[in-house]
Amino acid sequence: MSELNVSVVAVDRKIWVGSAKSIVAKTPEGEIGILPGHEPVLSLLVNGVVRIEPTEGSKVAIAVHGGFVAMDTDNVRILAETAELSSDIDVDRAQKALDRARAAGEDSPEALAAAHRAETRLKAAAAVTASGMHS
Amino acid sequence: MGAQLRVYRRRIKSVQSTKKITKAMELIASSRFVKAQQRVEASLPYTQELLRAISAAVSHGNSKGALVSEVENRKRAAVILITSDRGLAGAYSSAIIKEGEGLNALLKEEGVTPEHYLVGRKSVGYYKFRERKIANSWTGFTDQPTYEDAKRIAAAVFEAFNTPTAEGGVDEIHLVYTHFVNMAVQEVRVRRILPVEILEVSKAEASEKLDTKVFPLYDFEPSPEAVLKALLPRYVENMIYTALLLAAASEHAARRRAMKSASDNAEELIRTLARQANQARQAEITQEISEIVGGADALASA
Repeated sequence: MSELNVSVVAVDRKIWVGSAKSIVAKTPEGEIGILPGHEPVLSLLVNGVVRIEPTEGSKVAIAVHGGFVAMDTDNVRILAETAELSSDIDVDRAQKALDRARAAGEDSPEALAAAHRAETRLKAAAAVTASGMHS
Repeated sequence: MGAQLRVYRRRIKSVQSTKKITKAMELIASSRFVKAQQRVEASLPYTQELLRAISAAVSHGNSKGALVSEVENRKRAAVILITSDRGLAGAYSSAIIKEGEGLNALLKEEGVTPEHYLVGRKSVGYYKFRERKIANSWTGFTDQPTYEDAKRIAAAVFEAFNTPTAEGGVDEIHLVYTHFVNMAVQEVRVRRILPVEILEVSKAEASEKLDTKVFPLYDFEPSPEAVLKALLPRYVENMIYTALLLAAASEHAARRRAMKSASDNAEELIRTLARQANQARQAEITQEISEIVGGADALASA
Protein backbone atom coordinates (compact mmCIF):
# COMPACT_ATOMS: atom_id res chain seq x y z
CA MET A 1 0.00 0.00 0.00
CA SER A 2 1.26 3.46 -0.80
CA GLU A 3 1.79 5.84 2.01
CA LEU A 4 2.06 9.55 2.58
CA ASN A 5 5.40 11.30 3.05
CA VAL A 6 4.62 13.91 5.61
CA SER A 7 6.66 16.83 6.80
CA VAL A 8 5.39 19.34 9.30
CA VAL A 9 7.50 22.48 9.25
CA ALA A 10 7.31 25.47 11.55
CA VAL A 11 9.02 28.76 10.85
CA ASP A 12 12.15 27.93 12.76
CA ARG A 13 12.35 24.15 12.71
CA LYS A 14 11.01 20.87 11.43
CA ILE A 15 8.38 19.46 13.75
CA TRP A 16 7.63 16.02 12.42
CA VAL A 17 8.83 14.07 9.40
CA GLY A 18 7.78 10.56 8.49
CA SER A 19 5.41 8.35 6.58
CA ALA A 20 1.75 8.14 7.44
CA LYS A 21 -1.47 6.35 6.56
CA SER A 22 -3.77 9.29 6.95
CA ILE A 23 -3.96 12.92 8.01
CA VAL A 24 -6.86 14.95 9.27
CA ALA A 25 -6.62 18.73 9.29
CA LYS A 26 -8.96 21.66 9.64
CA THR A 27 -9.44 24.10 6.76
CA PRO A 28 -11.70 27.17 6.58
CA GLU A 29 -14.21 25.01 4.70
CA GLY A 30 -14.22 22.23 7.25
CA GLU A 31 -12.17 19.19 8.09
CA ILE A 32 -10.12 17.57 5.37
CA GLY A 33 -8.93 13.99 5.45
CA ILE A 34 -5.97 13.04 3.32
CA LEU A 35 -5.25 9.45 2.31
CA PRO A 36 -2.63 8.18 -0.12
CA GLY A 37 -3.65 8.98 -3.69
CA HIS A 38 -5.48 12.16 -2.80
CA GLU A 39 -5.62 14.76 -5.57
CA PRO A 40 -3.14 17.66 -5.32
CA VAL A 41 -4.48 20.24 -2.94
CA LEU A 42 -3.20 23.50 -1.52
CA SER A 43 -5.32 24.69 1.33
CA LEU A 44 -5.19 27.13 4.18
CA LEU A 45 -5.52 25.77 7.69
CA VAL A 46 -7.40 27.36 10.53
CA ASN A 47 -5.81 27.27 13.97
CA GLY A 48 -6.44 23.80 15.25
CA VAL A 49 -5.20 20.29 15.65
CA VAL A 50 -3.67 18.23 12.86
CA ARG A 51 -3.94 14.51 13.49
CA ILE A 52 -1.54 12.14 11.79
CA GLU A 53 -1.74 8.36 11.76
CA PRO A 54 1.80 7.15 11.10
CA THR A 55 2.49 3.81 9.42
CA GLU A 56 4.22 2.75 12.60
CA GLY A 57 3.63 3.84 16.13
CA SER A 58 0.83 5.70 17.80
CA LYS A 59 -1.12 8.65 16.50
CA VAL A 60 0.41 12.10 16.51
CA ALA A 61 -1.44 15.31 17.21
CA ILE A 62 0.05 18.68 16.43
CA ALA A 63 -1.31 22.08 17.42
CA VAL A 64 -0.99 24.33 14.39
CA HIS A 65 -1.37 28.11 14.18
CA GLY A 66 -1.51 30.12 10.99
CA GLY A 67 -0.56 27.52 8.46
CA PHE A 68 -1.38 25.79 5.23
CA VAL A 69 -1.10 22.35 3.73
CA ALA A 70 0.27 21.44 0.30
CA MET A 71 -0.25 17.95 -1.04
CA ASP A 72 0.94 16.42 -4.30
CA THR A 73 1.89 12.91 -5.37
CA ASP A 74 1.63 11.60 -1.81
CA ASN A 75 3.96 14.27 -0.46
CA VAL A 76 2.22 16.26 2.22
CA ARG A 77 3.76 19.41 3.58
CA ILE A 78 2.18 21.23 6.45
CA LEU A 79 3.60 24.66 7.11
CA ALA A 80 2.77 26.71 10.13
CA GLU A 81 3.85 29.83 11.88
CA THR A 82 3.96 27.89 15.10
CA ALA A 83 3.36 24.19 15.53
CA GLU A 84 3.76 22.00 18.57
CA LEU A 85 3.71 18.28 19.01
CA SER A 86 1.17 17.28 21.60
CA SER A 87 3.92 15.47 23.51
CA ASP A 88 5.81 18.77 23.79
CA ILE A 89 2.84 20.63 25.14
CA ASP A 90 2.92 21.40 28.83
CA VAL A 91 -0.74 20.99 29.80
CA ASP A 92 -0.40 22.92 33.04
CA ARG A 93 1.29 25.80 31.32
CA ALA A 94 -1.27 25.89 28.53
CA GLN A 95 -4.07 25.81 31.10
CA LYS A 96 -2.47 28.66 33.02
CA ALA A 97 -1.99 30.63 29.82
CA LEU A 98 -5.64 30.09 29.00
CA ASP A 99 -6.77 31.27 32.44
CA ARG A 100 -4.51 34.28 32.24
CA ALA A 101 -5.72 35.21 28.76
CA ARG A 102 -9.36 34.83 29.85
CA ALA A 103 -8.71 36.98 32.90
CA ALA A 104 -7.20 39.67 30.68
CA GLY A 105 -10.68 40.15 29.25
CA GLU A 106 -12.28 39.69 25.90
CA ASP A 107 -11.76 43.21 24.69
CA SER A 108 -8.19 43.01 23.53
CA PRO A 109 -7.59 40.98 20.38
CA GLU A 110 -4.25 39.82 21.74
CA ALA A 111 -5.81 38.21 24.78
CA LEU A 112 -8.39 36.53 22.58
CA ALA A 113 -5.69 35.20 20.27
CA ALA A 114 -3.68 33.96 23.25
CA ALA A 115 -6.74 32.24 24.66
CA HIS A 116 -7.39 30.61 21.32
CA ARG A 117 -3.82 29.38 21.07
CA ALA A 118 -3.93 27.92 24.54
CA GLU A 119 -7.23 26.19 23.78
CA THR A 120 -5.78 24.62 20.64
CA ARG A 121 -2.80 23.37 22.59
CA LEU A 122 -5.01 21.77 25.19
CA LYS A 123 -7.11 20.15 22.47
CA ALA A 124 -4.02 18.69 20.84
CA ALA A 125 -2.82 17.32 24.15
CA ALA A 126 -6.26 15.86 24.82
CA ALA A 127 -6.50 14.31 21.33
CA VAL A 128 -3.57 12.05 22.00
CA THR A 129 -4.52 11.00 25.50
CA ALA A 130 -7.99 10.11 24.19
CA SER A 131 -6.69 7.98 21.33
CA GLY A 132 -4.14 6.44 23.65
CA MET A 133 -6.93 5.12 25.85
CA HIS A 134 -8.69 3.43 22.93
CA SER A 135 -5.68 1.55 21.67
CA MET B 1 62.67 52.59 38.52
CA GLY B 2 63.03 55.40 36.05
CA ALA B 3 60.13 57.54 34.97
CA GLN B 4 60.29 56.40 31.36
CA LEU B 5 60.24 52.73 32.24
CA ARG B 6 57.26 53.25 34.52
CA VAL B 7 55.31 54.91 31.70
CA TYR B 8 56.01 52.02 29.35
CA ARG B 9 54.96 49.41 31.92
CA ARG B 10 51.73 51.28 32.59
CA ARG B 11 50.90 51.40 28.91
CA ILE B 12 51.60 47.69 28.49
CA LYS B 13 49.20 46.90 31.32
CA SER B 14 46.44 49.01 29.85
CA VAL B 15 46.81 47.47 26.39
CA GLN B 16 46.83 44.00 27.95
CA SER B 17 43.52 44.59 29.69
CA THR B 18 42.03 45.97 26.45
CA LYS B 19 43.20 42.85 24.67
CA LYS B 20 41.49 40.67 27.25
CA ILE B 21 38.21 42.44 26.56
CA THR B 22 38.48 42.24 22.78
CA LYS B 23 39.51 38.59 22.98
CA ALA B 24 36.48 37.79 25.14
CA MET B 25 34.18 39.63 22.75
CA GLU B 26 35.68 37.73 19.85
CA LEU B 27 34.92 34.41 21.55
CA ILE B 28 31.37 35.46 22.41
CA ALA B 29 30.77 36.60 18.83
CA SER B 30 32.09 33.26 17.52
CA SER B 31 29.74 31.20 19.64
CA ARG B 32 26.75 33.43 18.89
CA PHE B 33 27.63 33.31 15.24
CA VAL B 34 27.42 29.52 15.20
CA LYS B 35 23.98 29.69 16.80
CA ALA B 36 22.81 32.36 14.38
CA GLN B 37 23.94 30.28 11.46
CA GLN B 38 22.08 27.25 12.78
CA ARG B 39 18.93 29.33 13.02
CA VAL B 40 19.35 30.45 9.42
CA GLU B 41 19.60 26.83 8.34
CA ALA B 42 16.63 25.81 10.45
CA SER B 43 14.46 28.42 8.77
CA LEU B 44 15.27 27.25 5.24
CA PRO B 45 12.72 24.41 4.87
CA TYR B 46 9.82 26.71 5.68
CA THR B 47 11.04 29.43 3.31
CA GLN B 48 11.44 26.96 0.49
CA GLU B 49 7.99 25.45 0.93
CA LEU B 50 6.37 28.85 1.27
CA LEU B 51 7.94 30.09 -1.96
CA ARG B 52 6.82 26.93 -3.70
CA ALA B 53 3.26 27.35 -2.55
CA ILE B 54 3.19 31.02 -3.56
CA SER B 55 4.67 30.25 -6.96
CA ALA B 56 2.03 27.59 -7.43
CA ALA B 57 -0.75 29.96 -6.44
CA VAL B 58 0.56 32.78 -8.64
CA SER B 59 1.14 30.59 -11.68
CA HIS B 60 -2.26 28.99 -11.27
CA GLY B 61 -4.54 31.97 -11.29
CA ASN B 62 -4.29 35.01 -13.50
CA SER B 63 -5.07 36.97 -10.40
CA LYS B 64 -1.72 38.54 -9.78
CA GLY B 65 -3.38 41.62 -8.41
CA ALA B 66 -1.83 44.72 -6.98
CA LEU B 67 0.66 42.72 -4.97
CA VAL B 68 2.66 41.62 -7.95
CA SER B 69 2.13 44.36 -10.52
CA GLU B 70 3.79 47.74 -10.21
CA VAL B 71 1.90 50.95 -9.69
CA GLU B 72 2.11 53.54 -12.49
CA ASN B 73 2.54 56.58 -10.33
CA ARG B 74 4.70 55.75 -7.36
CA LYS B 75 4.66 58.35 -4.65
CA ARG B 76 6.02 56.83 -1.47
CA ALA B 77 8.15 53.83 -0.67
CA ALA B 78 8.92 52.16 2.63
CA VAL B 79 12.62 51.54 3.19
CA ILE B 80 13.49 49.06 5.92
CA LEU B 81 17.07 49.27 7.18
CA ILE B 82 18.34 46.36 9.25
CA THR B 83 21.31 47.48 11.35
CA SER B 84 22.70 46.36 14.69
CA ASP B 85 21.90 47.53 18.20
CA ARG B 86 25.51 47.62 19.30
CA GLY B 87 28.67 48.91 17.72
CA LEU B 88 32.15 47.35 17.77
CA ALA B 89 31.37 45.42 14.64
CA GLY B 90 33.57 47.25 12.19
CA ALA B 91 31.75 48.84 9.28
CA TYR B 92 28.69 46.62 9.67
CA SER B 93 26.05 49.24 10.46
CA SER B 94 27.60 52.11 8.56
CA ALA B 95 27.73 50.04 5.37
CA ILE B 96 23.97 49.49 5.59
CA ILE B 97 23.24 53.12 6.40
CA LYS B 98 25.36 54.15 3.42
CA GLU B 99 23.53 51.76 1.13
CA GLY B 100 20.24 53.08 2.52
CA GLU B 101 21.31 56.63 1.72
CA GLY B 102 22.02 55.52 -1.84
CA LEU B 103 18.57 53.98 -2.12
CA ASN B 104 16.94 57.09 -0.65
CA ALA B 105 18.72 59.28 -3.19
CA LEU B 106 17.70 56.98 -6.03
CA LEU B 107 14.06 56.98 -4.94
CA LYS B 108 14.02 60.76 -4.61
CA GLU B 109 15.46 61.08 -8.09
CA GLU B 110 12.52 59.07 -9.37
CA GLY B 111 10.12 61.33 -7.52
CA VAL B 112 9.37 58.84 -4.76
CA THR B 113 9.45 59.87 -1.10
CA PRO B 114 11.17 57.31 1.11
CA GLU B 115 9.52 56.43 4.43
CA HIS B 116 12.06 55.18 6.95
CA TYR B 117 11.46 51.99 8.90
CA LEU B 118 14.49 51.33 11.06
CA VAL B 119 15.68 48.22 12.85
CA GLY B 120 18.56 48.46 15.31
CA ARG B 121 19.74 51.28 17.55
CA LYS B 122 22.54 52.31 15.19
CA SER B 123 20.31 53.43 12.35
CA VAL B 124 17.83 55.04 14.76
CA GLY B 125 20.66 57.08 16.26
CA TYR B 126 21.87 58.12 12.82
CA TYR B 127 18.44 59.31 11.68
CA LYS B 128 17.56 60.99 14.97
CA PHE B 129 20.81 62.96 14.95
CA ARG B 130 19.92 64.29 11.51
CA GLU B 131 16.38 65.01 12.68
CA ARG B 132 14.77 62.99 9.93
CA LYS B 133 11.25 61.71 10.18
CA ILE B 134 11.15 58.05 11.19
CA ALA B 135 8.00 56.16 10.23
CA ASN B 136 8.64 53.39 12.73
CA SER B 137 11.57 51.80 14.49
CA TRP B 138 12.36 48.61 16.41
CA THR B 139 15.34 47.95 18.64
CA GLY B 140 16.66 45.44 21.13
CA PHE B 141 16.62 42.14 19.26
CA THR B 142 19.06 42.35 16.35
CA ASP B 143 21.51 39.79 17.71
CA GLN B 144 18.80 37.20 18.33
CA PRO B 145 15.72 38.00 16.27
CA THR B 146 12.56 35.93 16.73
CA TYR B 147 9.67 35.38 14.38
CA GLU B 148 7.54 37.59 16.60
CA ASP B 149 9.89 40.50 15.90
CA ALA B 150 9.62 39.89 12.17
CA LYS B 151 5.84 39.75 12.49
CA ARG B 152 5.65 43.14 14.18
CA ILE B 153 7.78 44.75 11.47
CA ALA B 154 5.84 43.01 8.72
CA ALA B 155 2.51 44.08 10.21
CA ALA B 156 3.57 47.74 10.22
CA VAL B 157 4.86 47.85 6.66
CA PHE B 158 2.06 45.69 5.32
CA GLU B 159 -0.49 48.04 6.82
CA ALA B 160 1.24 50.99 5.17
CA PHE B 161 1.25 49.08 1.89
CA ASN B 162 -2.47 48.39 2.11
CA THR B 163 -3.30 52.01 2.90
CA PRO B 164 -4.18 53.99 -0.25
CA THR B 165 -1.39 56.29 -1.38
CA ALA B 166 -3.64 59.33 -1.02
CA GLU B 167 -4.00 58.59 2.69
CA GLY B 168 -0.29 58.27 3.30
CA GLY B 169 0.27 54.67 2.35
CA VAL B 170 3.29 53.38 0.47
CA ASP B 171 3.47 51.85 -2.99
CA GLU B 172 6.60 49.81 -2.49
CA ILE B 173 8.53 48.08 0.26
CA HIS B 174 12.30 47.94 0.06
CA LEU B 175 14.57 46.05 2.39
CA VAL B 176 18.25 46.82 3.03
CA TYR B 177 20.10 44.13 4.93
CA THR B 178 23.41 42.30 5.06
CA HIS B 179 23.38 39.00 3.27
CA PHE B 180 25.53 36.31 4.82
CA VAL B 181 27.50 34.53 2.10
CA ASN B 182 30.13 32.88 4.27
CA MET B 183 32.35 33.62 7.22
CA ALA B 184 34.60 35.92 5.21
CA VAL B 185 32.07 37.52 2.90
CA GLN B 186 28.93 39.41 3.83
CA GLU B 187 27.37 41.82 1.40
CA VAL B 188 24.82 44.55 1.80
CA ARG B 189 21.80 43.86 -0.35
CA VAL B 190 18.81 45.90 -1.37
CA ARG B 191 15.67 43.96 -2.18
CA ARG B 192 12.18 44.96 -3.07
CA ILE B 193 9.68 42.88 -1.13
CA LEU B 194 6.51 44.30 -2.60
CA PRO B 195 5.44 44.44 -5.34
CA VAL B 196 7.07 41.06 -5.73
CA GLU B 197 10.09 41.17 -7.98
CA ILE B 198 9.48 38.87 -10.88
CA LEU B 199 12.78 37.23 -11.62
CA GLU B 200 13.37 36.06 -15.14
CA VAL B 201 14.93 32.67 -14.72
CA SER B 202 15.10 29.74 -17.06
CA LYS B 203 12.75 26.85 -16.42
CA ALA B 204 15.60 24.52 -15.53
CA GLU B 205 16.95 26.96 -13.01
CA ALA B 206 13.54 27.56 -11.52
CA SER B 207 12.79 23.89 -11.14
CA GLU B 208 16.17 23.38 -9.57
CA LYS B 209 15.56 26.19 -7.14
CA LEU B 210 12.10 25.08 -6.20
CA ASP B 211 12.90 21.41 -6.43
CA THR B 212 10.04 20.60 -8.76
CA LYS B 213 9.38 20.18 -12.46
CA VAL B 214 5.88 21.35 -13.12
CA PHE B 215 3.39 22.40 -10.53
CA PRO B 216 0.66 19.83 -10.16
CA LEU B 217 -2.87 21.03 -10.77
CA TYR B 218 -3.59 21.93 -7.22
CA ASP B 219 -7.07 22.07 -5.90
CA PHE B 220 -7.06 25.34 -4.00
CA GLU B 221 -9.14 25.71 -0.91
CA PRO B 222 -11.02 27.96 -0.48
CA SER B 223 -9.83 29.51 -3.80
CA PRO B 224 -6.53 30.40 -5.47
CA GLU B 225 -7.17 34.09 -4.76
CA ALA B 226 -7.91 33.47 -1.09
CA VAL B 227 -4.85 31.25 -0.70
CA LEU B 228 -2.62 33.84 -2.35
CA LYS B 229 -4.13 36.59 -0.25
CA ALA B 230 -3.47 34.65 2.95
CA LEU B 231 0.02 33.65 1.90
CA LEU B 232 1.30 37.10 0.97
CA PRO B 233 1.49 38.46 4.53
CA ARG B 234 3.30 35.21 5.43
CA TYR B 235 5.66 35.91 2.53
CA VAL B 236 6.45 39.41 3.78
CA GLU B 237 6.96 38.12 7.32
CA ASN B 238 9.17 35.35 6.08
CA MET B 239 11.26 37.69 3.92
CA ILE B 240 11.83 39.98 6.88
CA TYR B 241 12.50 37.07 9.23
CA THR B 242 15.07 35.58 6.85
CA ALA B 243 16.71 38.97 6.42
CA LEU B 244 16.84 39.44 10.20
CA LEU B 245 18.44 36.04 10.68
CA LEU B 246 20.98 36.61 7.93
CA ALA B 247 21.73 40.06 9.31
CA ALA B 248 22.25 38.62 12.79
CA ALA B 249 24.69 36.03 11.43
CA SER B 250 26.49 38.77 9.49
CA GLU B 251 26.58 41.01 12.55
CA HIS B 252 28.27 38.33 14.64
CA ALA B 253 30.68 37.53 11.85
CA ALA B 254 31.54 41.22 11.43
CA ARG B 255 32.00 41.67 15.18
CA ARG B 256 34.18 38.60 15.39
CA ARG B 257 36.38 39.90 12.62
CA ALA B 258 36.60 43.40 14.09
CA MET B 259 37.47 42.03 17.53
CA LYS B 260 40.02 39.65 16.11
CA SER B 261 41.90 42.45 14.38
CA ALA B 262 41.65 44.54 17.56
CA SER B 263 43.20 41.68 19.56
CA ASP B 264 45.92 41.25 16.94
CA ASN B 265 46.68 44.96 17.01
CA ALA B 266 46.85 44.93 20.81
CA GLU B 267 49.29 42.06 20.70
CA GLU B 268 51.47 43.89 18.20
CA LEU B 269 51.38 47.01 20.37
CA ILE B 270 52.33 45.02 23.47
CA ARG B 271 55.31 43.56 21.65
CA THR B 272 56.58 46.97 20.53
CA LEU B 273 56.07 48.48 23.98
CA ALA B 274 57.85 45.58 25.67
CA ARG B 275 60.81 46.12 23.39
CA GLN B 276 60.90 49.83 24.19
CA ALA B 277 60.54 49.12 27.91
CA ASN B 278 63.49 46.71 27.78
CA GLN B 279 65.54 49.31 26.00
CA ALA B 280 64.69 51.91 28.64
CA ARG B 281 65.58 49.45 31.41
CA GLN B 282 68.90 48.63 29.75
CA ALA B 283 69.71 52.32 29.33
CA GLU B 284 68.96 52.86 32.99
CA ILE B 285 71.30 50.05 34.06
CA THR B 286 74.05 51.28 31.77
CA GLN B 287 73.74 54.72 33.19
CA GLU B 288 73.87 53.44 36.76
CA ILE B 289 77.02 51.42 36.04
CA SER B 290 78.77 54.34 34.43
CA GLU B 291 77.78 56.50 37.39
CA ILE B 292 79.25 53.99 39.86
CA VAL B 293 82.41 53.57 37.83
CA GLY B 294 82.71 57.32 37.47
CA GLY B 295 82.21 57.76 41.23
CA ALA B 296 84.83 55.11 42.09
CA ASP B 297 87.25 56.71 39.63
CA ALA B 298 86.76 60.11 41.24
CA LEU B 299 87.36 58.65 44.74
CA ALA B 300 90.51 56.78 43.62
CA SER B 301 92.02 59.86 41.93
CA ALA B 302 91.26 62.09 44.94
